[in-house]
Amino acid sequence: MTDDTSNVIQSLSVAEVADVELYHPKSWITKYVFSQDAKIIAIQYSITALSIGLVALVMSWLMRLQLGFPGLLSFIDADSYYQFMTMHGMIMVIYLLTALFLGGFGNYLIPLMLGARDMVFPYVNMLSYWVYLLAVLVLVASFFVPGGPTGAGWTLYPPQAILATTPGKQWGIIVMLVSLMLFIVGFTMGGLNYVVTVLQGRTRGMTLLRMPLTVWGIFTATVLALLAFPALFVGSVMMLLDRVIGTSFFMPAIVSMGEQLPYGGGSPILFQHLFWFFGHPEVYIVALPAFGIISDLISTHARKNIFGYRMMVWALVAIGALSFLVWAHHMYVSGMHPAFGYFFATTTLIIAIPTAIKVYNWVLTLWRGDIHLTVPMLYALAFIVTFVNGGLTGLFLGNVVVDVPLSDTMFVVAHFHMVMGIAPIFAIFGGIYHWYPKVTGRLLSDTLGKLHFWVTFLGAYAIFFPLHYVGLMGVPRRYYEMGEMAFVPPSTATLNAFITVVALIVGAAQLVFVFNLVRSLRRGRPAGGNPWGATTLEWQTPQTPPGHGNWGKTLPVAYRWAYDYSVPGAAQDFLPQNQPPVPRTA
Amino acid sequence: MVVTVIFIALIAILAGWWLSRQGLTAKPWLEVGVSGDARGAEPSVRPTGIGLGAFLVVAGSLFSLLVSAYSMRKGMADWQSLPMPTVLWFSTGLLIMSSVSLQTAVIAARRGEHDAIRFGLFAAGAASFGFLAGQLLAWRELAASGRFTAADPSIAFFYLLTALHGLHVLGGLVALCRTTIKAVVLSAACTPRALGALARSVKLCAVYWHFLLLVWLVLFSFLMRWTDDLVAFCRGLLT
Repeated sequence: MTDDTSNVIQSLSVAEVADVELYHPKSWITKYVFSQDAKIIAIQYSITALSIGLVALVMSWLMRLQLGFPGLLSFIDADSYYQFMTMHGMIMVIYLLTALFLGGFGNYLIPLMLGARDMVFPYVNMLSYWVYLLAVLVLVASFFVPGGPTGAGWTLYPPQAILATTPGKQWGIIVMLVSLMLFIVGFTMGGLNYVVTVLQGRTRGMTLLRMPLTVWGIFTATVLALLAFPALFVGSVMMLLDRVIGTSFFMPAIVSMGEQLPYGGGSPILFQHLFWFFGHPEVYIVALPAFGIISDLISTHARKNIFGYRMMVWALVAIGALSFLVWAHHMYVSGMHPAFGYFFATTTLIIAIPTAIKVYNWVLTLWRGDIHLTVPMLYALAFIVTFVNGGLTGLFLGNVVVDVPLSDTMFVVAHFHMVMGIAPIFAIFGGIYHWYPKVTGRLLSDTLGKLHFWVTFLGAYAIFFPLHYVGLMGVPRRYYEMGEMAFVPPSTATLNAFITVVALIVGAAQLVFVFNLVRSLRRGRPAGGNPWGATTLEWQTPQTPPGHGNWGKTLPVAYRWAYDYSVPGAAQDFLPQNQPPVPRTA
Repeated sequence: MVVTVIFIALIAILAGWWLSRQGLTAKPWLEVGVSGDARGAEPSVRPTGIGLGAFLVVAGSLFSLLVSAYSMRKGMADWQSLPMPTVLWFSTGLLIMSSVSLQTAVIAARRGEHDAIRFGLFAAGAASFGFLAGQLLAWRELAASGRFTAADPSIAFFYLLTALHGLHVLGGLVALCRTTIKAVVLSAACTPRALGALARSVKLCAVYWHFLLLVWLVLFSFLMRWTDDLVAFCRGLLT
């Protein structure tokens, strides 16, 4: 690629770039606590999300201990097992992954990558974080209310979610629903900001097709979330009313513990529709930002332009649109008209096409690239492998006839942990190792990072590969203990014990990561402004970490796309987006 | 879920149309430099306008899901329809009035007629409060009707739909009050810039009210069972 295109190259004066009115913090509190600076908000989001994620990690240990060594811990009974399971799922999917990708990465990267000084509505952005924090605190409060947190499973299916025999029926379910509603309100405030900033806050020259794929991923995911979260909101409001004032939106006439309840005429299937209308796009709300981040990591650390950039953008948009047409594939076992099953199986399989395009493009980007096996790159490669693995089992489960026998077995657990648990977490780790130097000015320790990577990567496979087999053997999910079951061979118990041991080791490796984050804050190697030799604008800030207002006196101008790596004839193996083209002399 | 799918399809068409005008077929890897007209000094729509538009999409998604849930539940055998309180007609009229008054305020703001702006805003506010009062009366009428039990889904849906719509009206009234205060404080001899800012606020309020009116008309037509035939037709298509 050369610079001699037909575009008129203009020298731009400072005044041409319209400046935005910037909020200026006046005290320590408004600078670091009630901050309206997207960078601080991003860090607040990330720390909160990672902290609550550690709580969910501990719960997965406790569940694994019960599954691998039944009865080892006397305080885990059936009720607390369900409570751990519910809170683990809910926290990981919503309060960790969604919040970290959109609130954390979104807030940090959108303004910086687009050459903006801040989000368009900084005050609303600040509110968004504080409402999110409130939602997390309300969620944590459910551990301390009488009866403990709800044990209804992360899908909260009625009628059992509010029946007396479900743990946490007293207060847990109420607190859970309130927390979800708060989360959605907080997210909507942030989400409107991300969308409007992408649409209106781009600097001069930053056309939509010059945006890095990370921004495209976060932008598309935000649009999905804005459209899908209302479904969870409606479901939560209606279930809350069922629980608190005894309406019958979802509750059918039902006898519980020998007693006829006052409910009558509600439809549990209605909740499933609402829940999965949110729940399936949620998979992509988590996956699309990961896709974007991985694209940028692969391109940067393989020193090659991303293969098929346009196709990558179109695939993101297509996946986003299709994700609204597949929700009922989570409901095959709830029963539906065969034609619907056929329709939803078809749409589910169609999603594999744009997704496969993305995978091929990543692989083709790597092809003959100058691959640097840095920790972010290792995580990016691990993401691709893991996502393909999880995606392939998704093709099995998307078919009605395969899904019906496998539904509610550990196979499903293994599938969704691979595709929307492990894979996005790899993208998050890769992203953190990649951008930590920009956030703090120091590199994370490479040795500790590689230790963390190898234990986590190999460990994740040691956990979830065997889990597929456990599922194929017929071990059901959500069972507190198996007892004597004729159809389950005793070898699964051995496998379960093995999985538990590995899970404990992988969990412990995350403490290495936390230690690395804290230690490198002071003792990490100084990174300089652009340690990876990356092209995107966030690496071209005048200060590292970026100062208030990001860009000093003048906003950057984007002269080129985000992937000018290894351009023939260029002095370096990358050309930053804000580097003006060389004027033609001839 | 047909209503929701239709809503999502409409949004998708809108997004597709918008994306198609964004040069998605450009080849960014070949194009270097900044073209002269990349961004004008004054974008045609301000961030607040886009923000409101995005919020309306979210709220639209919320209400389309509610309508979907309502029509799914309605299709079940044991559904008993509710006689709708007559007062709903009055509140509908009031909401139309407030929407119309806001539109006149928008026109007045474009012409710079201060008194007309204030009149339009006050009239819209008063009519909106009247609308909410009408909804409250409808609630009381239903509560007193003798059929009231929380466990009856048709009653629960009526209260839920009107309450969520009413909450959106209340939220809009906060913005409307702020705009009205701005309009009252603004003197006749203000700068064109200040008048422009007011005009934009009035415009945003008007857009929001038109949206609320549209949502209410859809909800009203479902509650009054005018759409039964349509729902039956859609169900026939699917089964």
